[in-house]
Amino acid sequence: MTGSLPTLPQPPLLPRLVGIGSWALFLALFLVSAHFTSFSLQTLVQGIPDFLAFFGKMWPLDWRALPEIWQPLLETLQIAYLGTLFGGILAIPFIFLGSRNTTANPVVMWGVRGFLTLVRSVPDLLYAAICVGILSFGPFPGVVAIIIFTTSVLAKLGSETVEAIDPGPLEALQAVGAGRIQQIVYGVVPQIAATMASYVLYIFEINVRASTVLGFVGAGGIGQLLRTYLSFFDYRGTAVLILIVFGVVVLIDAVSSYARSKLI
Amino acid sequence: MISFDGVEVTYPNGYQALKGINLDIPKGQFVVIVGLSGAGKSTLIRTINNLVVPSKGEVRVGGRSITLARGAELRKMRAGIGMIFQTYNLVKRTTVLRNVLSGRLGSANPLASLLGIFSTSDLLMAHACLQRVGIPEKAYVRADALSGGQQQRVGIARALAQQPQVMLADEPVASLDPPTANAVMGDLKRITREDGITTLVNLHFIDMARDYADRIIGMRAGEVVFDGTPDQASDQVFTEIYGRSIDKAKDLLGQVIG
Repeated sequence: MTGSLPTLPQPPLLPRLVGIGSWALFLALFLVSAHFTSFSLQTLVQGIPDFLAFFGKMWPLDWRALPEIWQPLLETLQIAYLGTLFGGILAIPFIFLGSRNTTANPVVMWGVRGFLTLVRSVPDLLYAAICVGILSFGPFPGVVAIIIFTTSVLAKLGSETVEAIDPGPLEALQAVGAGRIQQIVYGVVPQIAATMASYVLYIFEINVRASTVLGFVGAGGIGQLLRTYLSFFDYRGTAVLILIVFGVVVLIDAVSSYARSKLI
Repeated sequence: MISFDGVEVTYPNGYQALKGINLDIPKGQFVVIVGLSGAGKSTLIRTINNLVVPSKGEVRVGGRSITLARGAELRKMRAGIGMIFQTYNLVKRTTVLRNVLSGRLGSANPLASLLGIFSTSDLLMAHACLQRVGIPEKAYVRADALSGGQQQRVGIARALAQQPQVMLADEPVASLDPPTANAVMGDLKRITREDGITTLVNLHFIDMARDYADRIIGMRAGEVVFDGTPDQASDQVFTEIYGRSIDKAKDLLGQVIG
């Protein structure tokens, strides 16, 4: 390493400018967002004592809350289960009509895709709030909200899976003289079954978590109890409730993850 | 049995795969079609079951135009035409038996078939077809657990389950090692002969074409450039079909076998 270094060939200017511009935009968005949301690290750090005090109020745990937790907890799981079940069944026609290789015709395919994109653009908690408005309080509007969410997400994931299958068996079934639905049942379903079962389990996990907060908008389940405790400042009962929910969700995730790992 | 009447195929990208094909194939003939990749062999046999729709002309099978057939009539005609593929096109994640039974879909009760219910005679026939291709013990094995040669035998069994009048084979042994390829070709020839099935096979290998064919059709650039018996298909003829020296072609073959 002696002598003067040869001049390095310079990379082209435009990509460098794009790079610098991207970082500048990133920084600008950060500053603007932080300003308008009053985000401040200082406040966060100063809040640590309050944070700890909040947890202090949860102690000692008030186990008297336990008996009244089970029923709404069970209701939460029932909402998630029914929502996943019916959502999954409802997704089936959308999956095949929305896939390029199994749809009836392109117009139907784009119609289905557009409709599903529209449905997915609304968050599930908002659906729950709307359903409560229409169907009044209770777990039923929660189930409906979860069904809508499950259908729209599974239809999307399903269509992507269907479009990725090996087209060979479909061609063979066409050659055999099989009808459209026979082609789907014999050529497509065996190819997507394991993946779809895995997706359904994963969405059930998501739905269990989603169902725990549905109660905040009056759509049944454990969230309703959580909101009651919080509004009475019953932090010791809240802590028990959160612990139980945490335990149940972790358990379901673990079982479901294990089942999914066995599927594929 | 099969007749081509001025058949032309132009793909949507403008590529002309077939240019005015006129052919007559009598019942029971075992025809081997040879030619370079892209010569139009696959397109040609796919017009026979209308997987490729001719842009001009028509193909008749058993006197009826399959080119003009639609809906239920097309499915019924396809049910009488078996097809086997280079990549077998089996549903790998299901059993061999279910793959063979799918050959019955064109004629089985549609509703029952969707529930996976087949008649006893269909089930007996499926097992019998596996017997004929020599793998009766594999009925309940998953298709992806079989070797290539066995998978192609399942493909033949699925086509046989259709009880076809016509058998189409698109490069059926191109993915197999030479001894297996010969065994599978031998089975295909024996079975189609026994049942009097009119058979069209696309092949890459020249010696194999000579060994098995009743009639060889040579294709180049979408046209039939040779049509005759294996005896007439001299090295000179193959040179013309392939558009280059046969020794070159033999070199390629040598690589495959060696």
